[in-house]
Amino acid sequence: MTTETTASTRVEVSVEVEAPIARAFEVFTAEIGTWWSPDHHILQADLKEMVFEPRAGGYVYDVGVDGSECRWARVLAYEPPHGVVFSWDISLAWQIETDPARTSEVQVRFVEVGAARTRVVVEHKHLDRHGDGWEQMRDAVGSPDGWGKGLAAFAARAAA
Amino acid sequence: MRTNVLDRIGALGDPTRRAVFELVAEKARPVGEIAGRLPVTRPAVSQHLKVLKEAGLVTSRANGTRRVYSIDHEGLAELRAYFERFWTKNLAAFKEAVERPAKEKQ
Repeated sequence: MTTETTASTRVEVSVEVEAPIARAFEVFTAEIGTWWSPDHHILQADLKEMVFEPRAGGYVYDVGVDGSECRWARVLAYEPPHGVVFSWDISLAWQIETDPARTSEVQVRFVEVGAARTRVVVEHKHLDRHGDGWEQMRDAVGSPDGWGKGLAAFAARAAA
Repeated sequence: MRTNVLDRIGALGDPTRRAVFELVAEKARPVGEIAGRLPVTRPAVSQHLKVLKEAGLVTSRANGTRRVYSIDHEGLAELRAYFERFWTKNLAAFKEAVERPAKEKQ
């Protein structure tokens, strides 16, 4: 799945989906709230919706049922249906990171592999910029069964 | 195991130490060469290397009278593994969401 060396400070994960490229892009961006991990939000209030502003210079943000907002990414590039780049303004303590020098970057590429089949490649770069706070992040999001469930569902899906 | 991971991430929190780490990540280098490329003293570089080594991010070997520092591949792999797991899980959920309408029509 990944080809870079272990010395790299980036990770790349990809998936092939049964959908046209434009649809895949739309679900990843405009409909991000339908699939983004429910465990990974910073808001205190319950989540009402997630908004992915469709332009470079916009934000990705969560909206709580009480109206509170949390901007956790800056949209750095928006080029439907081929790609989108956004910053990862979340510290390893799972708090908003206000210093851009301590944020990483997520580049998403959409590649048409058939009329109704698209490869989606997520490259999360500059991970070393986050620095401190690993323990808090693990405590906040690293529940023992959190990852296992998702991977099991993926495996079941892939095998079906 | 857990303590080691925490040490690794914390060790990269300092900007100078991160610069030292990035130089070592490029290729294996002795202390003097690293100090020559950064606006810090050789003892300071040695101190940063010590922290990086204790955190499991770099390793060293003797080359004649010098010590040469290089990336500890195992330590860095753990840092990356966290985000690899995160995106693998998230993209699995994305795949389900994208394919949901098509499945429901069947």
